[in-house]
Amino acid sequence: MITAYAGGVEMITRPSRTAPGVDQPLAASLRAENISVRFGGLAAISEVTLALERGHILGLIGPNGAGKTTLVNCLTGFQAPTHGRVLLADAPTLGWTAEHFRRAGVARTFQAGRLFKALSVVENIEVTGAGLGLSRRRARSLALELLAWLKLDDKAETLAGALAYTDERRVGIARALLLGPAFLLLDEPAAGMSDAESDELSSLVKAIPKTFECGVLLIEHNMRMVMDTCEMIHVLDSGRTIAEGTPAQIQKNKAVIASYLGGEGEKQLEIMEEGH
Amino acid sequence: MINLIQTLIDALALGSLYALAALGIGLLFGILRLINFSYGDLITLGAYALIVPSADAVANMFIGNWPAALMIVAVCLIVVIAALLSDALVFSHIRRAEPSTLMIASFAVSYVIQNGILMVYGARPKSANLWSDLSYQITFGELHIPLLQIVTIAATLVLMAGLTLLLKRTSLGIQMRAAAEDFKMARYLGVRGNMVIGLAFALSGVLAAVAALLLLTQTGSLSQTMGTPLMLFAFIATVVGGMGSLLGAAAGGFAVAFASVFLQAYLPEEFRPFRDSFVFAIVILMLLFRPSGLIPTKALVERV
Repeated sequence: MITAYAGGVEMITRPSRTAPGVDQPLAASLRAENISVRFGGLAAISEVTLALERGHILGLIGPNGAGKTTLVNCLTGFQAPTHGRVLLADAPTLGWTAEHFRRAGVARTFQAGRLFKALSVVENIEVTGAGLGLSRRRARSLALELLAWLKLDDKAETLAGALAYTDERRVGIARALLLGPAFLLLDEPAAGMSDAESDELSSLVKAIPKTFECGVLLIEHNMRMVMDTCEMIHVLDSGRTIAEGTPAQIQKNKAVIASYLGGEGEKQLEIMEEGH
Repeated sequence: MINLIQTLIDALALGSLYALAALGIGLLFGILRLINFSYGDLITLGAYALIVPSADAVANMFIGNWPAALMIVAVCLIVVIAALLSDALVFSHIRRAEPSTLMIASFAVSYVIQNGILMVYGARPKSANLWSDLSYQITFGELHIPLLQIVTIAATLVLMAGLTLLLKRTSLGIQMRAAAEDFKMARYLGVRGNMVIGLAFALSGVLAAVAALLLLTQTGSLSQTMGTPLMLFAFIATVVGGMGSLLGAAAGGFAVAFASVFLQAYLPEEFRPFRDSFVFAIVILMLLFRPSGLIPTKALVERV
């Protein structure tokens, strides 16, 4: 069960949103409009359209190599789409860097964690506050609050390099949340977690939209967690959208079942059926 | 016994000087992956800043005659400005270059500073007495310790403590450590890259200035290459300690100094002229067994 986050969203100082074309207050939607990314002759994603809304959780699933991370990279400015547009609050983001997106309220986590290993857990989160221009004391108290909310407060002084793989992901989430984002994109936060751990993470993620007033995009391989956490699910296969709908719809969708057949797919279908 | 203690204090004092310079080199390497071979020339510049600019054979003190506190601040300022200028004019234009390119550019900066000093002050080494009171020896029984050694050790401890506090306790310090580990990620999270880099250059300038004052007090002579040997040993110290680790740089400074001083004291007479060969042989042996130094940084190993 999630304990209430002390100050709610008010505790997080909103970063100044100085990116061009973004009006106060926070953007209501982040959309990919018909975007394609090609690396040389290889299409990583083709004509994908997806909308992320504040206050909602959207799941993004698909087999390995389906283009999920490429899509997230486009939505956060780490990759420019070859065709199509990314719209934040209905305004185009052409030419924006990742820092632009971040300042405009689009935060993300990384599969590899990308924590500063030589810094303590709390310092890893404080850095973000320092980057926003908060005082040391304020950054630290916000960081500690977020850690408590994520149930990591006992590890605040641990070096990030010494953390368990699964804890790293939660630190990454705290670091992104300190930015006071309008949208939070989580890249496989439950990878390698046990069922109990991913259940706990799922209840945290479910509480994020209300507590922090933001939209969440959850990329996950763990079907159980995705079905349990998301309101809507978007399915990619070989870079193309093959389905979008509620968890119940997705589980019955023939194209989705076909794409997951073979190898790991069968096992995950079973899990889906068992769970629901 | 007395001999051993005396040698130990000699090693500590020399190690302090090496550690100061190694920290200055290590700070820049940590953040910019810049191996700054012009660092020795910043030290030289700090020492020359004390005298009246002229090609005369005799050094006339200028800033060197000011009260100590003012003199230290002035020399620090001059060296910090020189360090920042070297960044603004050279290194800032090649931020994305390979470390080898950065290193070669630093040779160019070194050459320019040395020749600038040659033009202004002339090629002849000059003798300059700074803080001659510090040559006074404190006597404990049979033990004689020059005051300068105590000042050198104390100054190093104060600067290392200050640097540690800055890096651990301040917002800027945390940003610097984050940037040293993963510059791109730190930038993405809002850390202002140019501010952090500027701070690293400024801090390395302060360390060079203090090293310059201590070195000049010890040697009493100015030459346009006076900083080079210190820079070389400091560079070796950072390699021994583990490139990218500040703790390693300081530890490496002391390790190299201890090897050097103890070899000088205990090598058979006929081998002593080759002391440095023995020091370097030890360094090579150590690197064979610990190729990433005494205190390797995880960040550097994992950087792809």
